[in-house]
Amino acid sequence: MIEKNIDAAIIGGGPAGLAAALELHKHGIENILILEREKHLGGILRQCIHDGFGLTRFGESLSGPEYAQIFIDEIMKSGISYMTDTSVLSISKDRKILAASREGFMEINANAIIITTGCRERTRGALAIPGERPAGVYTAGVAQAYTNLYNTMVGKNIVLLGSGDIGLIMARRLTLEGANVLGVYEIQSYPSGLNRNIEQCLNDYDIPLHLSHTVVNIHGNSRLKGVTVSEVDENKAPIPGTEKYIEADTLVLSVGLIPENELSLDATVTLDPRTNGPIVDENYETSIEGIFSAGNSLHVHDLVDFVSMEAESLARSVKDYLTNSKSQEPCTMRIKTDSNILYTVPQKISGTKDFTLYFRVNRPMENVVLSIYQGDSKIMEKKIRKAIPAEMVKLSIKKDLIKDSLPLEVKLK
Amino acid sequence: MNNTYDILIIGAGLVGSAIARELSRYQLKIGVLEKNLDVCNEQSGRNSAVIHGGFAYDQGSKKAKFCIEGCLGFEKLADELDIPYKKTGKVLVGNTEEDYQILLNTIEAGKKNGSVGLRMIDEEELKKLVPAVTGKFAMLSPMSAIIDPFIYTIALAENACENGVDFHLDSEVIAIEKECQDSYTVRTVNNTFKSKWIINSAGNNCTKISDMLGITGYEIRGTKGDYIILDQKVGHLLPMPVYPVPSTTYMGIHVTPTIDGNVTVGPNANSVTDYSNYGVSKNAMDYLAEDASNLWPHIHRKDYIRNYSGIQPTWKDKDGVIKDYVIEARKDVPHTVNLVGIESPGLTSALPIARHVVSLIRETEKLTADENFNPLRKGIVKFSEKNSEEQAELINENPDYGEVICRCEKVTKAEILEAIHNPLGVDTVTGIKYRTRAMMGRCQGGYCQMRITKLIQEEKNKNVDEVVYSRQSSQMFTGKVRI
Repeated sequence: MIEKNIDAAIIGGGPAGLAAALELHKHGIENILILEREKHLGGILRQCIHDGFGLTRFGESLSGPEYAQIFIDEIMKSGISYMTDTSVLSISKDRKILAASREGFMEINANAIIITTGCRERTRGALAIPGERPAGVYTAGVAQAYTNLYNTMVGKNIVLLGSGDIGLIMARRLTLEGANVLGVYEIQSYPSGLNRNIEQCLNDYDIPLHLSHTVVNIHGNSRLKGVTVSEVDENKAPIPGTEKYIEADTLVLSVGLIPENELSLDATVTLDPRTNGPIVDENYETSIEGIFSAGNSLHVHDLVDFVSMEAESLARSVKDYLTNSKSQEPCTMRIKTDSNILYTVPQKISGTKDFTLYFRVNRPMENVVLSIYQGDSKIMEKKIRKAIPAEMVKLSIKKDLIKDSLPLEVKLK
Repeated sequence: MNNTYDILIIGAGLVGSAIARELSRYQLKIGVLEKNLDVCNEQSGRNSAVIHGGFAYDQGSKKAKFCIEGCLGFEKLADELDIPYKKTGKVLVGNTEEDYQILLNTIEAGKKNGSVGLRMIDEEELKKLVPAVTGKFAMLSPMSAIIDPFIYTIALAENACENGVDFHLDSEVIAIEKECQDSYTVRTVNNTFKSKWIINSAGNNCTKISDMLGITGYEIRGTKGDYIILDQKVGHLLPMPVYPVPSTTYMGIHVTPTIDGNVTVGPNANSVTDYSNYGVSKNAMDYLAEDASNLWPHIHRKDYIRNYSGIQPTWKDKDGVIKDYVIEARKDVPHTVNLVGIESPGLTSALPIARHVVSLIRETEKLTADENFNPLRKGIVKFSEKNSEEQAELINENPDYGEVICRCEKVTKAEILEAIHNPLGVDTVTGIKYRTRAMMGRCQGGYCQMRITKLIQEEKNKNVDEVVYSRQSSQMFTGKVRI
């Protein structure tokens, strides 16, 4: 058994993990270890060969691998330790990590654990789509991995369910590789992906987007033969009589991402049912002392740039944690929302620090006013011209605005 | 392979595989014909995975006799075959006076069958056994158990195979002809076989094969049952199967822990004639969840990870009463054993059924024990079930154990490779899944399926368009992106 003692153990070498490592290193933390289950650093960016990454952070449009490489090069230069092909098997609340690689079984004792494990895709089973279970049903990310990393074509005549960004990207990608993308069916009355992806991935290729539609049956007992789609009403229930059979050999699902937190649960970290990620404070610390989380394992982001930036904020807190161990201000002030808001991150604060509030609205909205209250007093107000669920809203909040220790209430009108 | 056999078994489900294994104890040349690409693609792998206590069947019936025998003998068998088995016990939960009376009657009938340890328990004891259940009292069957039906079927087939039985997969029987007194010719899509004996253990196709043998008059219907599988996160809320109070013909929708810690909800029971459509409808799923929530109120959409269905061959008489198993060696059709209507409790009864088939053959055939027969079979070592020291040791011995391929179920490359090189030669994606649990977890292969399909290609020297999901023509891919 290999044993190690580490200051900051980072689980997951994707964009969040890499950014956190570099920022920690910049602030003088040397004893860092990145644990990555894949053969290479970079995470899911490795399979995202389209461009559009880095506009916010670097002011230019990069492909996923290019974006990742900037960080990987820095990691190499800085000499930060990392282990690839290494799977973390479990973590405990006293910050012991068990991991396996071809080199052997490892026990790592960490002063801080940073969970940057990303997210996984919602599957057909989770959606409980009715019908038979033939080959040819793929989640968009799996189809993307096969196409871009494994030189493998998943199908020829393709129906997409869900208009998440990866699905839209794959509609274009598969079209470019000669597949016939028959249409994208979205159960909501608005797209779930970013507008730019609707334009560049569907409209530019004449791929029809059918809003308020869903797949109600899957046909075929060997390879997929077709799907039945149906219009849905405002409660998302299929409308009888609107069913249409579409012959297809492949169904690609882009129906949502779920933060990957199996390891957090091992360590008894409390999750927020709204984000499926840990409940964190402004330091990105979870309910368990010394365990931190950022990036898509915390909440699903729409842009990788925000993932990196969030992980960098996390790293600065971890640095404070490691250097003045346990002298942080307690974070006891909760952040509440009204029903127009899906969730916020962080979910609680100390009230003694400036912080960035991230949130998502629960449906498209225009010309709304965001107000933050403490008790009856309004401490902040901001006009928002347009907000959609696909785009995360960011708000910087200065500590001076916070009056007392009452919970913050975020309201949209 | 020389295609002439002493005994040819048609159908490599649980019963066919059990018969093959029990016959491999003797000096016989045995072949098994299976239409699918693996051994547990139909009902054998599509059920509640419960070893039943034998109380629910008519006194004196084959179902009752074989079920009790199977239940009592299972622990030893599980040891021999190195398969998971957990004697959880099970409860039938009731609320009304009428329920109570039915359960008392069930205990009486069960005792007459030879069912062991049945007793009523009050609400307090019930809540102690299954804290999350809703109900006022229950009947406890302490002998009931759960197993992995895929691994059980595979283990029987592998053990038979290792004892010299030939398994011909992808071999659907299309005709049987009687050559002479001592030989049948059996044609499959691609091949011709000869055999002295024919055993029909074709499951839902049992009447098709009986007809080919010239045995007519049986009419079976499919009884289709749908299930939902829930995430392991809720597994701790269900330490044993929880059933409602049964009716005379139907056990009712129940919730069952699986051997790997998931929970299954089901089945309903619908009569069908299409034996190949395993689709599950939305209405069925909603109905299952609603009905079973009365027993166990922890069924939530967020925990669904998959659904499935099974179809079992039910033989009913004119009044709709379900008939007993038919297991016959008819004088007018010599050298055949015909099995019809082998439905639930088939999982529990498979081995006693197989022994009964052997005894029928022995009535006309002298069987000589094969002293080389080895009843022991070794399963694939599961990394995830080992403690830290053992895991460290496994990686030291074989670094492939250090490569975790399936994250959800913690299945390593060593296990995947062993599964790809299984004794039966199965190389479908579901074949690997059933043997290792890879891809069965909450991400349903989102992380590992690319690695697994690549390993299948590399190890079996296949092109990308030759990787098959489960059935014939269920190709995973259409080709390469770039040549």
